[in-house]
Amino acid sequence: MSAESISVFSPKLEARLDALVKKYPVKRSALIPMLLYAQDEVGYISDAVVAEVAIRIGITELEVRNAATYYSMLRFKPAGRYHVQVCTNISCMLRGGYEILDRFRQELGIEPGGVTADGMFSLEEVQCIGACCWAPAIQVNYDDHDELKPDLVPGILSSYRGKAKAEGKTPHA
Amino acid sequence: MPDVTFTVDGKKLTAPAGTLLIDACRKACIEIPAFCYYPGLSLQAACRMCLVRMEKVGKLQTACTTRVAEGQIFYTDTPEIAQVRKANLQLLLGNHPLDCPVCDAGGECELQDMTFKYGAGVSLYAEAKNHREEQQWSPAVFYDRPRCILCYRCIRMCGEGMDVWALGVNNRGADSAIVPNGAGHQLDCEQCGMCIDVCPVGALTSGSYRYQTRPWEMNHVSTVCAHCADGCKVTLGVRSTPEGAAIVRADNRDKSGINGDFLCAKGRFGFDFAGSDERLTQPLIRNAEGKLAPATWEQAIRTAAAKLKEIRDAKGGEAIGVIGSNRLTNEENYLLQKFARTVLGSNNIDHARTADYPTFVRALAGHADKAASLRDLASAPAILLVGGNPTEEHPLLAWHLRTNVRLNHARLYIANSAPIKLDRQAKAVQQISADGYRKLASFLVHGESDFAKTILAEESLLVVLSADVSGKPLADLIAWGLKRGNVRFALLGAYANSRGAADMGLDPALLPGYVPVDKPGPFAEYTNLPTTPGKNFAQMTAADSGLDALLIVGANPAAQTKLDSKTFLVVQDLFLTETAAQADVVLPAASLYEKSGTLTNTFGDVQMVRKAADRPGVKPDFEILVRLAEAMGAEIAKLVPFGKRGTTGDLGQSRGAEAGEADRHAVWLEANNLEPRLSPFDPFALFDEIARLVPGYSLDRINLFASNDVHSAPPAASNFVPAKALIAPARDTLFTSGTLGRYSQSLQQLEQHQTRKQAKSAAD
Repeated sequence: MSAESISVFSPKLEARLDALVKKYPVKRSALIPMLLYAQDEVGYISDAVVAEVAIRIGITELEVRNAATYYSMLRFKPAGRYHVQVCTNISCMLRGGYEILDRFRQELGIEPGGVTADGMFSLEEVQCIGACCWAPAIQVNYDDHDELKPDLVPGILSSYRGKAKAEGKTPHA
Repeated sequence: MPDVTFTVDGKKLTAPAGTLLIDACRKACIEIPAFCYYPGLSLQAACRMCLVRMEKVGKLQTACTTRVAEGQIFYTDTPEIAQVRKANLQLLLGNHPLDCPVCDAGGECELQDMTFKYGAGVSLYAEAKNHREEQQWSPAVFYDRPRCILCYRCIRMCGEGMDVWALGVNNRGADSAIVPNGAGHQLDCEQCGMCIDVCPVGALTSGSYRYQTRPWEMNHVSTVCAHCADGCKVTLGVRSTPEGAAIVRADNRDKSGINGDFLCAKGRFGFDFAGSDERLTQPLIRNAEGKLAPATWEQAIRTAAAKLKEIRDAKGGEAIGVIGSNRLTNEENYLLQKFARTVLGSNNIDHARTADYPTFVRALAGHADKAASLRDLASAPAILLVGGNPTEEHPLLAWHLRTNVRLNHARLYIANSAPIKLDRQAKAVQQISADGYRKLASFLVHGESDFAKTILAEESLLVVLSADVSGKPLADLIAWGLKRGNVRFALLGAYANSRGAADMGLDPALLPGYVPVDKPGPFAEYTNLPTTPGKNFAQMTAADSGLDALLIVGANPAAQTKLDSKTFLVVQDLFLTETAAQADVVLPAASLYEKSGTLTNTFGDVQMVRKAADRPGVKPDFEILVRLAEAMGAEIAKLVPFGKRGTTGDLGQSRGAEAGEADRHAVWLEANNLEPRLSPFDPFALFDEIARLVPGYSLDRINLFASNDVHSAPPAASNFVPAKALIAPARDTLFTSGTLGRYSQSLQQLEQHQTRKQAKSAAD
């Protein structure tokens, strides 16, 4: 267990999680943020993440899963390096959210829930991301892109491809 | 809490303030339907079946979480509530498969019952059902997800009741599903099956019972578990087979007896030894070639009796030894020692002792109400547990301790040489060395440590002693408790009738009721009673025992020691054990589930066992002993006082002086499905004699016959010096049960399932 737990998180994240559990009167209150930060770094909630979080909070792995599976923003499968979340909630829908989603489908050749073969992109249809004023909007990892037209989609994708090339190594490989 | 008065459906009810409305209504015979509410567990309010209208409150209220207060007015039988129940059932049935005709729960399903009573004939929801395949979580537990109504009973029972926390709910809304804790949908737990038991529908089903039968096709026989010394009441579901009657299920859903609805893996799944293919069903005699060959009962009884008689007449009773069992009924063990002492004329009688009951009884003699009943454990405010691991060895005791701590805030103190699971419930834990039990009394007397100080500060105390405490340390501890006052005691033996075996005089120096053989007192009426103590278990089972004959009933000493090969060996047992394999005559015996009588659990609570299963070819040990005695030429009426006037006894017609005896006789006859006739094989014929002669066993028969537990009292006075203890604690686990457990496939599978799990996690 210990060998595995060393490799799950980076030292920086470990330090962040160590500080996190101390912020709450009850340790288990740190569960949801801890899972979210872990997902940001690892890319998804892997079995190793569940095990490590359970140890850090002092609850069973089953209890971690009980909570984690409740939230749709926590993933149990790896996502792409860039996770494209397209809003199709009412404001975005009225202003063409589905066209945006369709264009991502075509450009990436995957369905919502899928990951491209090179692991670069994953696509997801999501509920409101709080950008109704600038609908239709999408979120790629933690970046917002709003007031979109389908024709803007290829540009967004190539900008991330370029970013990946510049950064080199894949973050969660 | 002071009583408050409130109104339900126009009826004025009174209950202590703070009582849950659902409980108050049920007490007043107003039915409030509910799925998720389960007495003793935390409140969930998940199923919405118990909604009622409360006056001056806008929304409907859940009766399972509403606490009654003065002047409240409720309505539970209005058209509005009827409609609510109907609509709620429609939602619950929205994705519930209507496979009742093949579902295990069909016929005893709470959802089915409520649909009949409150449900609609048709549903508004016409969508296709979302089917999921069943999952096998362990050899004992199967999960059919579409049937689940998400009442959370299993989760709470496993977590709060069992303190195992092996079940949870994953996902959200319509995708919610119960999940086990292990990887790959495997259940890593104590395999008690309580989750199956409390499931109101057929979502959780039992590996041993599923698809076997329907509830209305079984006879339900209330008896006592054959395994550990807690003596849980168990209801066996019995079905007739071409050969007799087989047990297909064990549970205690009527929540009667000392265990309520609790049963552990052994009680719930370990009944299958009775139906094992390895059961002996024919007597065996060692032939001229030295091999055990099948024989008739007549041949076998005659061979054994002739040899025993020959040895007795030539060399006297001292040349014969008798070993009794931890799993015979009280009546059988009493008869066995009476047979040994009056027919064989030998005090060479003992059993595999698993706890030092003689010292326990001797120390408590003359102190009324100082021996605790198992029921006391469920309510005692402070308990000191010395040694042992009840979670493994005494699951019901552990259940009571957990429940008592959880519901009554009892204070549990543990003194143990190793960490145990119950430490999680303990207020204080004292680690002591493995031989530290010796010094525990002085440790408490001096009261120097914080642990001892806290215990001494308790107003009353119940001390539960494991079998590791015996001899002088045991006597010292009890002496300390009696001196301190307001302390009660319990001693933990291993098997279903370990206490009864000791109480019934399977002891070379002690007659039933711990009466010393050299001062037989009431037992002076025994003819030819030898008055010098005989050989003990270790001496009789030694390779150089020097005995000419040994009768072993329901015991397997050869598993541990090498028996004297020159001894003529007669064995009564269920299986061809190591001991039976060496015997000269093997007599196939009925199991505890195939006969009637009484058992005494380790706390001294006496309960009735009733014949449930039936197997051709076997006989109860009681009958075998009577037949042996008869073949040896003994006078049977002296051994078993059946029918005071021989075979012309009163069957109850006259309602005369003996009518009571005849009634008891009728109980046995009925329990055994026999025509009314007088029989020397009637174990209840010994009841009067046991009540008359055995100190502490003059029991309340009405309660006993009604299948209630009746506490036997230690004798008022005792004047013997306990011999050296010679205790071999059994240390069984959740899935082992001495030799008997080896013949239960269910327990073997469960043990394999659990050990595989542990090996896997250890390698990680």
